[in-house]
Amino acid sequence: MWKWLHPYAKAERAYQLCNTLLPYFAVIAIVGLIVGWVWGLAYAPADYQQKDSYRIIFIHVPSAIWSMGAYSSMAIAAIVALVWQIRNAELAVIAIAPIGAAMTAIALITGAAWGKPMWGAWWVWDARLTSELILLFLYFGVLSLYHAFEDKKSGGRAACILAIVGVVNLPIIHFSVEWWNTLHQGSTITKFDTSAIDPSMLWPLLINIVAFAGVLGVVTLIRLKNEILRSEQHRPWVRELVNRG
Amino acid sequence: MNPRRKKRLFTVIAVIFGIGAAVGLTLYALQENINLFYTPSELVEGKGELKEIPQIGQKLRIGGMVVPGSVVRDETSLDVSFKLIDTGPMVTIRYKGILPDLFREGQGIVAQGTLVESNVVEAFEVLAKHDEEYMPSEVAEAVKGIKHEKPKYNLNSEN
Repeated sequence: MWKWLHPYAKAERAYQLCNTLLPYFAVIAIVGLIVGWVWGLAYAPADYQQKDSYRIIFIHVPSAIWSMGAYSSMAIAAIVALVWQIRNAELAVIAIAPIGAAMTAIALITGAAWGKPMWGAWWVWDARLTSELILLFLYFGVLSLYHAFEDKKSGGRAACILAIVGVVNLPIIHFSVEWWNTLHQGSTITKFDTSAIDPSMLWPLLINIVAFAGVLGVVTLIRLKNEILRSEQHRPWVRELVNRG
Repeated sequence: MNPRRKKRLFTVIAVIFGIGAAVGLTLYALQENINLFYTPSELVEGKGELKEIPQIGQKLRIGGMVVPGSVVRDETSLDVSFKLIDTGPMVTIRYKGILPDLFREGQGIVAQGTLVESNVVEAFEVLAKHDEEYMPSEVAEAVKGIKHEKPKYNLNSEN
């Protein structure tokens, strides 16, 4: 059934796939960020209430979305690694974790910077903020579990299990603003029934979201390439690659 | 799929569901405590199935909409008082200090403080709650009829 996927379980083919995909993600990231940031930060109109402070949305929302997107991809890779025991999937888990943690940190920091002038507080222990902070700790947990073991095999397995268990936090983050009274406002983009955001602000926001996906892809692919090379460093194909370059 | 993989897949799925159920039940049990604030009607009429009314002297958070025209400022100090409403009764908030940028009449806010009378809260912190709508001022004017200005405060006039 999955015959076309099987070759990529081999490290060498996976490495080549990374090389093929990298330029596409790089173009999306660079073009998207330039267009999205210039449009969003300089040309989009100011908000009627928040004036220019709302522009943090063009960084905060994409990073928050991809902090959760990165976690779901990491969890899927972890399931593949545990069930089918494919080494490359385990390397992918470790490749995604730091950039996911970085996205979460960006979302938390930009949120705090916006919260101080708008809400009047850097931090409030409401359900949305707290669950996002737990997401950051989950990333740290996955990373430190992996590195805590001498034996990379058991470390990888432990990290995968934690990554899968942490998935329960994702729906909590997303629905926290609906299930409980929170200071954080509700979702803007996924509210399709009424136009919660004006099209002149929505378009640069969507471009930024795509651009951040590009950044996430680029960093993950580069890290995955490194992880593959490191784990295969004594194999002939890696030696050949090094000698050639 | 070979039997060993199948078994592992089922184990993984069982673990996800098990933990999901455990966390779900925990959150359900804690539901009332995770809410950041009371609403004005919960404060006056009681909250949850037991209709528990907070006691006077209790520290709490309250969140609601600032009633237009209810903001009263003292002329010589930073004292300010205003009323909050959601769907039912109103609650009066007294506060001394600088209000956040987004504080306006008709805006959602969350105040933290002590309950001094059954419907009066002496707040030491006032936070503005923003909604999920973003639009340029021209659009806001056209759609909502909001001409954006800082609210004019009633100085020392009881209403």
